[in-house]
Amino acid sequence: MDSPGGFGNFSYDLAHLLGGAVLVLTFGLLYQRRLTAVINTYSVQSWALAAAAAWQGWVQGSAELYVAALIALSVKGVVIPIALHRIVRRLDIHRTVEAAMGVFPSMALGVALVVLAILLVLPSTMESQVLTREDLALALSVVLLGHLMLITRRTALTQVVGFMSIENGLILGAVGVRGMPLVVELSVAVLVLVGAVVFGVFFFRIRERFDSLDDSHLDRVGEAHR
Amino acid sequence: MTEILIIVEWVRELFSAPGLVVMVPLAAAAGLAFVTDARLGARITIGAATLAFLLACALPWEPRAGLLLLVDPLAAHMAILTSFVGMTASWFSRGYVAVEAAAGRLDARRLRAYHALFQAYLGFMLMALLSNNVPATWGSIEAATIASVLVVGLPRTAEAVEASWKQFLVCGLGISMAFFGTTVLYLAAVPALGSGLPAMSWNRLPAAAPEFHAAMLNLAFAFLLLGYGTKAALAPLHAWLPDAHAEGPTPVSAVLSGSILNVALFVILRLRGLLDANAGAIAPGPPIMALGLATVLMASFSLWPRRDVKRFFGFSTIEHSGVAAFAFGLGGPAATFAGLLHMTLHTLTKAAIFHCVGRAAQLKGGQFFTDIGGLLVCHRALGLTLAAGIVAVAGLPPFGLFTSEFLVLTETVHRLPWLAVPLALGLLVGSWALAMRLISLCLGAPTPDRGPAPGLPALVPAWVHLAAVLVLGLTMPAPIAAWLAAIAGAAP
Repeated sequence: MDSPGGFGNFSYDLAHLLGGAVLVLTFGLLYQRRLTAVINTYSVQSWALAAAAAWQGWVQGSAELYVAALIALSVKGVVIPIALHRIVRRLDIHRTVEAAMGVFPSMALGVALVVLAILLVLPSTMESQVLTREDLALALSVVLLGHLMLITRRTALTQVVGFMSIENGLILGAVGVRGMPLVVELSVAVLVLVGAVVFGVFFFRIRERFDSLDDSHLDRVGEAHR
Repeated sequence: MTEILIIVEWVRELFSAPGLVVMVPLAAAAGLAFVTDARLGARITIGAATLAFLLACALPWEPRAGLLLLVDPLAAHMAILTSFVGMTASWFSRGYVAVEAAAGRLDARRLRAYHALFQAYLGFMLMALLSNNVPATWGSIEAATIASVLVVGLPRTAEAVEASWKQFLVCGLGISMAFFGTTVLYLAAVPALGSGLPAMSWNRLPAAAPEFHAAMLNLAFAFLLLGYGTKAALAPLHAWLPDAHAEGPTPVSAVLSGSILNVALFVILRLRGLLDANAGAIAPGPPIMALGLATVLMASFSLWPRRDVKRFFGFSTIEHSGVAAFAFGLGGPAATFAGLLHMTLHTLTKAAIFHCVGRAAQLKGGQFFTDIGGLLVCHRALGLTLAAGIVAVAGLPPFGLFTSEFLVLTETVHRLPWLAVPLALGLLVGSWALAMRLISLCLGAPTPDRGPAPGLPALVPAWVHLAAVLVLGLTMPAPIAAWLAAIAGAAP
């Protein structure tokens, strides 16, 4: 397929749509209050990422990107959400997520971060291929929203989901880059797997200590423990 | 599929001579996960770390630039330093861990995890230093971070869990920015090197840097500096380090101080060269210097209110990381030489200090300043070694850190005299805090012992380190000076 052009070009529009879908779902992660809903939203976000990667694979004629799409779909879209749901059931933490910030302020901040990403990426990538620069702006937005989620959420589980949504944003950026070798995608995929194991260990440690996954108990204030 | 060919070539390189430096610790890590006998585990740890160091010593004679591995003088120097600190830490950790296990703070399962994670951490660190591939460097640093997060959480106290979670979150943020920067760096390099592996190979980037897309290079630099700056514990992004140093097992604190900061600074140094070569890009020096200077000032003032000895030395590590970053930001052969020397000597000194502090904390049954005091009175060897370490790290003669700090300062006075004032202030405030604590830790009234006293063999690694620092301070041997000068001359 030919190099994609601007608006009105089908491959460009669809890539944009899928990248946009990932971004919108990241906003969903920001305002969801129930744990199960957060996990489900993450799962759908990963599907959107898989679709975006697969479409890039088609547009760029690159088989590696299909592999990246498959990893996103199977591991992040299915396996990890199932594992997280099991943790939620096993630890019986079907409660609302405690956030440090209300819905409106976090949404407003989120929009501000997206504007920041666009202002940062678009001017500095003026001469680059159109597809890449829009994708990069979307990816950076997803990454920054993930950072926001890490900061505003108090429970370890939602922080982990925030971290994984950051990884989704990073991959969204990497797949949009024409001809980038698979190295990056593979390393991130491995990372997410390893990460999931790490967090699994952590949950149980934190659980043993505090009977909850809320890390606001972990504040050193007054050095209550010891 | 070319991707598979690349992976095959990578594996082949890992089993060649320079690759073994990386493979020995990683293979040991994989094996140690299954070794249940604690004594055997400790022996394998020592053997693997020693072998890795010996292999690393051969690196300067094996320069190569393959698909995965890049052995140039800078990488070889850093790898030797890192594997040396890893080796002495493994010697030290044998006795240290035995005491911890006897006190019931580590059970058999966690001991096994400790040995395996220690080797994994060391292996990935060396991998990051020797990697020729920008994403592989990133991946290795990430893997090393995960290993260190796990090992810091091993003692499983509430504080250790908090420290490792904090380390994970802060470093996770940093590392995600570094990833984004890596992607953008590739995009910046594509116009000059075309798509594919060359555009992400460290050995190809500097020569092609003048044709990089300047605006993209700036963007990449911003993200990579913030990302790896987090790992180097530069000022606003340092929050993870004091906790990780305070709560993790002490041999790990010694290696943490030594390597992860150095690896991050090493990447920043390489990155600096790319921006220097590109006429359209921003000057990389001022942002790095600003972060370095802010770090020195923040850390030296933060030393004062500390009550926990290991946190205290964690902040001191941050301060010295800031000095090295400042020197690298200043740039030029002289400042880079000073920065390299400083990084090397600080790594050696701080590892020695953590060896002493670890044993002192075991001896006194606590790691607060109120627990540890008057070491010189009852435990002369330990007290003297710690005192020598603190004098060295405070940048006082006759130790080598005096030389390196002096070089950084004189170079600053020559080039940017106004910046010498805050830098000198930071160094002075930091040294003063160290001197005050030296008095309370080593002199003064002794506190009661609540644990086993370390034998003299436990202090040998610290002596080796301090002897090296002393020799480099009194008489800089000509070959070492020439070696460092050659690296600094080749670096930007």
